[in-house]
Amino acid sequence: MKTNDIVNLSRRRFVAGGILSVAGLTLGILPDVQAEQPGSAAEAMGTAPAEAGEFSPNAFLRIDKSGAVTVISKHLEMGQGTYTGLATLVAEELDADWDRVRVEGAPADASRYNNLFWGAMQGTGGSTAIANSFDQLRRAGAAARQMLVAAAAERWQVPIAEIRVVSGVVEHAASGRKAGFGELAEAAASQPVPETVLLKDPAAFELIGKRIPRKDSSEKIDGSAQFTQDVRLPGMKTALVLHPPRFGAKVCGVADSAALQISGVSRIVQIPSGVAVVADDFWSAKLGRDALRVSWDESEAFNESSEQLLQAYRELAKTAGTVARDDGKAVQVLAETDDVLEAEYSVPFLSHSAMEPMDCIVRIDDNGCEIWNGEQMQTGDQMAVAALLGLQPEQVKINMLYAGGSFGRRANPAADYVLEAVHIAKQLEQGIPLKMIWTREDDTRAGYYRPMYLHRLRATLDPAGNPLAWDQCIVGQSILAGTPFESAMVKDGIDHTSVEGAVNLPYAIDHFHLDLHSPKLPVPVLWWRSVGSTHTAFVGESFIDELAHKAGQDPVAYRRRLLAKHPRHLGVLNLAAEKADWGAPLGRGQGRGVAVHESFNSYVAQVAEVTVRRGVIHVDRVVIAIDCGIAVNPDVIEAQMQGGMGFGLSAALYSELVLDRGRVMQSNFHDYQILRIDQMPEVEVYIVPSAEPPTGVGEPATPVIAPALANAVFAATGQRLRRLPLRLAS
Amino acid sequence: MLNLTINGKPHQLELDPQMPLLWAIRDHIGLTGTKYSCGVAQCGSCTVYLDGDPVRSCVTPLSVAVGKEITTIEGLNSAVGRAVQEAWKELEVVQCGFCQSGQIMSATALLSRNTKPTDADIDAAMQGNLCRCATYARIRAGIKLAGTKLAGGKA
Repeated sequence: MKTNDIVNLSRRRFVAGGILSVAGLTLGILPDVQAEQPGSAAEAMGTAPAEAGEFSPNAFLRIDKSGAVTVISKHLEMGQGTYTGLATLVAEELDADWDRVRVEGAPADASRYNNLFWGAMQGTGGSTAIANSFDQLRRAGAAARQMLVAAAAERWQVPIAEIRVVSGVVEHAASGRKAGFGELAEAAASQPVPETVLLKDPAAFELIGKRIPRKDSSEKIDGSAQFTQDVRLPGMKTALVLHPPRFGAKVCGVADSAALQISGVSRIVQIPSGVAVVADDFWSAKLGRDALRVSWDESEAFNESSEQLLQAYRELAKTAGTVARDDGKAVQVLAETDDVLEAEYSVPFLSHSAMEPMDCIVRIDDNGCEIWNGEQMQTGDQMAVAALLGLQPEQVKINMLYAGGSFGRRANPAADYVLEAVHIAKQLEQGIPLKMIWTREDDTRAGYYRPMYLHRLRATLDPAGNPLAWDQCIVGQSILAGTPFESAMVKDGIDHTSVEGAVNLPYAIDHFHLDLHSPKLPVPVLWWRSVGSTHTAFVGESFIDELAHKAGQDPVAYRRRLLAKHPRHLGVLNLAAEKADWGAPLGRGQGRGVAVHESFNSYVAQVAEVTVRRGVIHVDRVVIAIDCGIAVNPDVIEAQMQGGMGFGLSAALYSELVLDRGRVMQSNFHDYQILRIDQMPEVEVYIVPSAEPPTGVGEPATPVIAPALANAVFAATGQRLRRLPLRLAS
Repeated sequence: MLNLTINGKPHQLELDPQMPLLWAIRDHIGLTGTKYSCGVAQCGSCTVYLDGDPVRSCVTPLSVAVGKEITTIEGLNSAVGRAVQEAWKELEVVQCGFCQSGQIMSATALLSRNTKPTDADIDAAMQGNLCRCATYARIRAGIKLAGTKLAGGKA
């Protein structure tokens, strides 16, 4: 199917199905990706949730009689600006008035709202929202525009070619006739669906590429935005869960009489992941949980410590793992020389620690199950809930709310906290809405962490100082093992998320070897903003810096030469170096470090400037260059660069989750430290102009700061820090 | 029975005087702009005013709030508060937004005392308000912009 084709679906199907009562029209937009999947074509068509009298030309927008445009977002807004970006794509081709566009979260439905990069699954992750929607949503807007224009042409009896649309107004210049979208909505709905749509030449973009306002700002500024935590339903109960003290511990006794005596506590229910206290409000549930006495069988619980694990990983790294990449004869070349640079890098377990701790609302009745949640993986959770309750997926309705941050946490293939809420709700009387809230302590201790990793590297240089051989071994848990993604994303024993960013190291090195050990542990792990790159960028970009220094060469010049065949890496590297005054003299105790890394098809370079004073690292300035193809909203991109870097800075300098005989030692923000305002550096962001298709911006800034910073600390102090969070030797 | 005045409106609540103010505001009054995030005064998401002074409502017992004017984000209608909210909009400060009620309450309290805060003043007043999205650069710029506007200057 050609890019711009729109398939006119049978109207009868929808009218007969009763989905559209008045608008009477719909069309399906079939992206190429979907067309290749058997069975998905017919289902891919649909309509947006619409009221009587509205024009709902497809699943992604509707226009009401007042002319207001509602864009339906298939992706979760968790701060990354996707509601704004997706609406921009529709509004651009619709020629809508941006002020009259609002956004609504889509219901969970893989047939209409799937992520085109993920097959038959709806979900937000891997920085794919704009990238997978770019053509789809522009086509949705363009189709609606053509139908509005056709309706006007028919009404005014003028040629279609003489009509133009400007900011939500359809105009015929010669006759001076004008009509708003609302006036034409009903007539547009009875227009035939265009067989093909014409998309704008990028030179004609009015909204794409502009710093237009975010759609979610106002309600997040006045406190009215609805997060899961904020939903209040009649008769709703609140539950807190007492989780086991160690992963794998089982409940063996519950003394609940004191808890049940707390005013407001109504039930104590046992669930697979612990014991839940159900109460009228949060505070009663909290007091109830404090009063609850549970004894645990810890005979099979995990009881190892982080340092012990690291030692085991260290031993493992000395043995051959599963080969992920093998160019030339790296191992042999290294065996034949004495001049080998060897290093070990490591990173700890990390918690996502979104400001909104995990929470979920569930109501189960005869018709099925209804959920209110900020979902990163709608249809995965939908299927998991349906399976647990013995329902069909479509009987599980999910209301998509804003997520108060997520960073990967609300995209769990195990659907952990969602199922936890369902386990509680199903033990309550039918129809009672149940809000499960995790406390910060639960959120920190109940698992699903960025895994701990250890890397061992060896390299040698050629006479010119270029890396001749590079041998790297990665040790760390597989995120995808045991999940539904395993079959697609674990190939020949290599979990791609464990090696991404390392297996595709872009530097020109003739002899390159990378292998992987994926030890299995009962510590639950998950993707964490930028996933594999969180460690591979730190390691690769620090080690290449070590090689540059060993070669006695400037770190930027060294990278430049080795990236000759990678123009987009070079583009951001050169831009960041130039804007950061790379090479300009700095004061005593100061240093500058650089790193460049591609993740999710976006290219980011950062130059960090630090001052080390009395043993403390102060980050003074960070210059960021990004190449993400067409910049849909430069202001949102800039915000994601600032924030994504800041998120990475927490991990680079402060955050560390430590296991001590199986117990998570941290519990809240006093001991699991994240970045504060006084620790935020000056940030400058530069966007490389590009006509390439847009790629993600939510994640790619995050992994680059740790190596840039470590390299800057080396420049300032001569100390090469190879473990995160970075700690200077005293 | 506890008598509370929230955003100028009197409420009579039959609640445990030890209950943190946060949960009375959220679960019993139904004002949900004030957020729960840490519960131990470590993040500032629950910041409200008692007689104009910012407090962490997650650790403030109801007994302490009785007889005082409680202000939440929903009742923030001072000229300073509006200036802060406008600056937040103009600079597109928010990302996920969950901490922003608390950020705005703390920023407004700062600017109510000091319309020309230095970076050090901002650090001191705002370092207890965490933002996991790290919108800090724009928070700082927003405070300065609001301060400039309040002082009658051009931004």
